[in-house]
Amino acid sequence: MDFLNIFTNALGEIVSPTTAAYALASLGLAVHFGFTGLLNFGQAGFMAIGAYGFAIPTLLWDVPFAVGVLIAVVGSVIFALLLGIPTLRLRADYLAIVTIAAAEIIRYVVTTNELTDITGSANGLAAFEGGFYAMNPFPQGTYNFGLTSMNERDLWIRVVAWTLVALCCLLVFLLMRSPWGRILKGIREDENAVRSLGKNVYSYKMQSLIFGGLLGTFAGMIFTLPRGAVQPANYQTELTFFLWTCLLLGGMATVLGPVVGAMIFWVVLSLTQGLLYGAIEAGYITFLTTTQAGQLRYILVGVALMLLMIFRPQGVLGNKKELVFA
Amino acid sequence: MIAMPKLVRPLGTLLALLAIITGILLSAPPSLASTTSPAPGATTAPAEPSPYKIGGVMRNTDGPVPGVRITATGEGFSGEATTGDNGTWSIGVPVKGTYQVEVDVSTLPEGVELAKGTPNPREVTFTNTSNAAAVFPLGEGIVVQSASFGEIFVERVIAGLSFGLLLALASVGLSLIYGTTGLTNFAHGEMVTLGAVVMFGFSVAGFPVWLAMLLGVIFGGAFGWVQDGWLWKPLRRRGTALIPMMIISIGLALAARYTILFFFGGATQQLPGASSPIVEIGVISISRNTLLSLIISLVVIVLIAMLLLKTRLGKATRAVADNPALAAASGIDVDRVIRIVWTVGGVLAALGGILWAYYRPGVTFNMGQQILLLVFAGVILGGLGTVFGALVGSVIVGLFVELSTLWLVADLKYVGALLIMIVVLLFRPQGILGRRERVG
Repeated sequence: MDFLNIFTNALGEIVSPTTAAYALASLGLAVHFGFTGLLNFGQAGFMAIGAYGFAIPTLLWDVPFAVGVLIAVVGSVIFALLLGIPTLRLRADYLAIVTIAAAEIIRYVVTTNELTDITGSANGLAAFEGGFYAMNPFPQGTYNFGLTSMNERDLWIRVVAWTLVALCCLLVFLLMRSPWGRILKGIREDENAVRSLGKNVYSYKMQSLIFGGLLGTFAGMIFTLPRGAVQPANYQTELTFFLWTCLLLGGMATVLGPVVGAMIFWVVLSLTQGLLYGAIEAGYITFLTTTQAGQLRYILVGVALMLLMIFRPQGVLGNKKELVFA
Repeated sequence: MIAMPKLVRPLGTLLALLAIITGILLSAPPSLASTTSPAPGATTAPAEPSPYKIGGVMRNTDGPVPGVRITATGEGFSGEATTGDNGTWSIGVPVKGTYQVEVDVSTLPEGVELAKGTPNPREVTFTNTSNAAAVFPLGEGIVVQSASFGEIFVERVIAGLSFGLLLALASVGLSLIYGTTGLTNFAHGEMVTLGAVVMFGFSVAGFPVWLAMLLGVIFGGAFGWVQDGWLWKPLRRRGTALIPMMIISIGLALAARYTILFFFGGATQQLPGASSPIVEIGVISISRNTLLSLIISLVVIVLIAMLLLKTRLGKATRAVADNPALAAASGIDVDRVIRIVWTVGGVLAALGGILWAYYRPGVTFNMGQQILLLVFAGVILGGLGTVFGALVGSVIVGLFVELSTLWLVADLKYVGALLIMIVVLLFRPQGILGRRERVG
């Protein structure tokens, strides 16, 4: 087994664009759940809107990069409004079921054969990332960073993705310190108390839903740009649940928790995959196929989610006093 | 509200319940087993039953056309079939792929010929399903769907009822669990899958269909029992709140789904008798399995309703759902009632899963996840926590899904049902049968 390679790959996950996308989407969930107490199980839908909302206009009308991003953002806001209007007045579990249903509706709609010309149905869309890489300021070449090296495209997407994550973290941090953030936390703790102070709880919840959803939308774009393809199978409910695992791993009512959670999630996934595959290829493990080893990791994700929730619901960075549920 | 002065003896009642359900299952399978007789126009090529089939119905304006020879070639395979008395034919093929399907025109009866412009041979490609259809319209001016709108409508209604009632099996369990414990159980889909997977496992091991089915249902009940005993009851003891419990159920769903995938694999498998003949009732033609599934779920649901309404256990269950503290004060063993509810929920979900496997048709590791949201939609439509609401809601969802295919393309049929759920929440959040104060 090539341990050095396995560890380098696992460490590379810390800065990979996928990790950045997970961190950003989980940060959105932190805004929803950790700070406002909204149970959003449809973050995959927001990510899909980011990916498709950007890819479809780019391919269909050949719009510039910035316009594509803007369309995705508008789509995300509309989606959040549609979700919020019927459910934000109701109990938390209603929002959970409606958001998960809405995310699935989006996936069904982009998968249907009727809209193949627009969405590419199950095969998805590709070749829409040109505008993004055309803005790449790094000259062509190989960039070495100690153990790992990457080309100018990999470097550009990583710089953009992590800059965006850092900016969003800063924004969330400042917002949650502001009076606006204090009202959100107040809603999380006791909705009726906030209402009795004359605040429009419904409107604040809606703003939180839109803001967290936007973070998910940006995450969807970051997720899809390095792949150069968007496929509906990537936006199943599992994605949402993985994001929840990242969030709960790091700490739900923290700013850096989702980022740390996403890093741990991907490093552990990469490490277990590397070690299991290595052991299978070297013949140490004979009772597993590589496919089964891949599935084994997701069993572990499920078990980890349960154990986290049972034994350390505040996560790695969290503060037990800030739990939505005592 | 419902005072229960005396201690109920739920275990005995549970056994009675299980015995009754077992009885139903024991009496049902012989008729089910009869559907395993090979479809007319059985394939000649592969000795072992193939999971992938190309099939269709040859019919004329006057009715089905029997005795027509059809060949399929492609992917290094060739097979042929002859249409049966009801015009159906199917050819089992080894792998998914693209096949050339040709009608032997010389075997068509006198005066009958393929409609103009029908490609022969024609190309058939498998998509995501394990069945591919090849339709050869006969005669002049025949459209592919020869049945009138009314007939199709009635057929869709029957299929929708069948689908809705199998959804109801799962959603009644989910609703009972929600009503008694407050938990929104996201792992219910895996309880559905488990029933079908266990039945498939036992039928592959050579067990007869009825026994495999029974074992599937028993495993489902055992899974429910174990889940409550090892996971949910200790959590209730710790005072874990409802939202963490919901997230734990998501973790359990992920773990269970991938465990099933780990052992079962990603392929679609067929239960014995999955391809059933078409039954003709008057002008309506409907698959026999669909009809049987409708009857089985109807009987089981009526039984559950009787149990809930007439027996002491049912009364105790309703009392716990109404107010656990008051029920406990009235001498009801709340934990025991909840344990029974989990077990019955597991039994119902497993049975629903088996029927779902016949309805789709096919067993896959994520089949339960596919209907989980429809089950939720049924429960919410009827009113969270109300058992009869779950029943009504599920039937509405089932009907809606099937009837929407009259106007909507088939791959969007679930979207309509989910949209209806959201719209209902907008106007009547407590659901059709729910009470107003239940909604926070």
